[in-house]
Amino acid sequence: MTKSRIEKSFKKCADNNRAALVTFITAGYPDLKTSQKVLNGLPKVGADIIELGMPFSDPMADGPTIEAAGHKALAAGHNTLKTLEMVANFRKNDQTTPIILMGYYNPIYIFGVEKFLIAAKKAGVDGLIIVDLPSEEDEELCLPALKHDINFIRLTTPTTDEKRLPTVLKNSSGFVYYVSMTGITGSAISSFDSVSDAVKEIKSHTDLPVAVGFGIKSAKDAAQIAAFADGVVVGSALIKALENSLENGKATDSSVIAIHNLVGDLASAIAAVKK
Amino acid sequence: MENSQFNSLKNAPDENGRFGMFGGRFVAETLMPLILELESAYEAAKNDPAYQNELENLNSDYTGRPSPLYFAERLTKELGGAKIFFKREELNHTGSHKVNNCLGQILLAKRMGRTRIIAETGAGQHGVATATVCARFGLPCVIYMGATDVERQAPNVFRMKLLGAEVVPVSAGAGTLKDAMNEALRDWVSNVKDTYYLIGTAAGPHPYPTMVRDFQSIIGKELREQFLAKENKLPDAIVACIGGGSNAIGIFHPFLDDKQVKLYGAEAGGLGIEVENGHAASMTGGKPGVLHGNRTYLLQNDDGQILEGHSISAGLDYPGVGPEHSFLKDVGRVTYAPITDKEALEAFQICTRLEGIIPALESAHGLAQVIKIAPMMTKEQTIVLNLSGRGDKDVETVGKHLGVEL
Repeated sequence: MTKSRIEKSFKKCADNNRAALVTFITAGYPDLKTSQKVLNGLPKVGADIIELGMPFSDPMADGPTIEAAGHKALAAGHNTLKTLEMVANFRKNDQTTPIILMGYYNPIYIFGVEKFLIAAKKAGVDGLIIVDLPSEEDEELCLPALKHDINFIRLTTPTTDEKRLPTVLKNSSGFVYYVSMTGITGSAISSFDSVSDAVKEIKSHTDLPVAVGFGIKSAKDAAQIAAFADGVVVGSALIKALENSLENGKATDSSVIAIHNLVGDLASAIAAVKK
Repeated sequence: MENSQFNSLKNAPDENGRFGMFGGRFVAETLMPLILELESAYEAAKNDPAYQNELENLNSDYTGRPSPLYFAERLTKELGGAKIFFKREELNHTGSHKVNNCLGQILLAKRMGRTRIIAETGAGQHGVATATVCARFGLPCVIYMGATDVERQAPNVFRMKLLGAEVVPVSAGAGTLKDAMNEALRDWVSNVKDTYYLIGTAAGPHPYPTMVRDFQSIIGKELREQFLAKENKLPDAIVACIGGGSNAIGIFHPFLDDKQVKLYGAEAGGLGIEVENGHAASMTGGKPGVLHGNRTYLLQNDDGQILEGHSISAGLDYPGVGPEHSFLKDVGRVTYAPITDKEALEAFQICTRLEGIIPALESAHGLAQVIKIAPMMTKEQTIVLNLSGRGDKDVETVGKHLGVEL
């Protein structure tokens, strides 16, 4: 089997002795055109892996920033099909940067699991992170996704104890996403030390790379995480930068630049931390 | 189903919390260890006589159980059909069936060593019942309530505050029950160590639907005994309103295998089932999907985005329903039908004038269904309404709809 884009990306970063920068953006926010521009430009400013958020009406694991972005995208007519089209458009010019769709199960369930997986593979999707599908529900989407050669990236959390970890890791692929806290996206990390301990613990159970997300707000936070994790995920902070660039809720000339500049800063901060 | 002993409808859910295709455990990993712990704690409690005794004592001495079975003589005469009975859950302490579940769960929370209770509420009946048991057991309590509901259920909000609860208005979405539940889940995920989430309806991830059903089944168990004693037979029909469906599953469950007993669930038909996003009848007007930890019938659009729904009754204003109801709909055991706001308002007034009982607007939906079917039944037949809550909290809403300034 040939190496997946996700594997290659983590390998490239490891070869350069640095952590990977994983950037999250909400598909269709603040509008489809701006969102596509943001997406297309992410690799150039230093994003190694892209998480593209699929908006959902009831994002229970997300804080107010990502929730509001998703609602705004939906209000502007965004849907699952348009998210897939964004990926296909991105792939026209980029065959190497992995794209992971992140979201909740219901829109996929309603789209039709098989139909969705076929369309996602065709569009160039590499992996899925579905918040409300724990390993107990693997038959719903995780196992079908693996059959379609799409990675199913599992979240592990501070409540995932050593006994449960093997269950969670069982059908994980691509990488392991460690949620830095018991909380929602956009909250603050209280202890970097305990995050570091947890990453060590996970790495003793798997050869997959471990990325850390939730609560990483600044270049300084990113650098701290980059010291011990294989990947650093930033989401709410990027959406916030985009939000701050809007005028009367609409994108301005500076919107795409605002978020790309922040990604550039995060990338430099992470690259400066040599492994 | 010839061999009903082995094909009992009461056997659901399976070990994965599935009622047929419905139910399950669709939660974030952070919560997964918690609901597994809850499941084993509940199993242990169920088999512990000390726990059961304490619950029975509270049910009788604190709540006032058993709730009476009342023959509604004037309503029966007025409708001219089946004999109508009310199972008087509105006479329970706190004014609704909600306390049955709250007592069961707070004893469980105590056993599990949890020190903080959170809950969601729509009409405020569950919020009041939760705040009540938290006062009784001295535990701090945070109630999430949609901002719209906070406004339309002001008396219940004040009751909760008097009882010592913190009421957090949730302004996301339409500010109703769904949004309150999202916010409660966010709180739980952020405070996993000390917090117990006391879900009020028979929905959410396994084991909640089963646990809530078990605590509410006391309604149906009592009814069975009371009815046999009074009428020397089982009722021909049982009617209950359905929001999430906890009072309904509580009264239905002990009768699921008695196929001669017809079961009716009254959903919130709002402005009419044909009005887009104008009702909250998830089974009549929705399709299966996944939300709040379970697969069930949901009001949603073609993209799988959840709709807000509408009902005059804040307690029925929820786009989903407990997974066991979805299962019972698909196997055809229960008939679910929508009741409009207007029909519920009429039933509310009829009950008040003829029986001297002010029902909750939720229960008035059930009564409207009784008013539809009782006249088509014979005088020898019997029908029982689960009068799940009292309507004091709704007087202002009803006044508004009747054009009366209070």
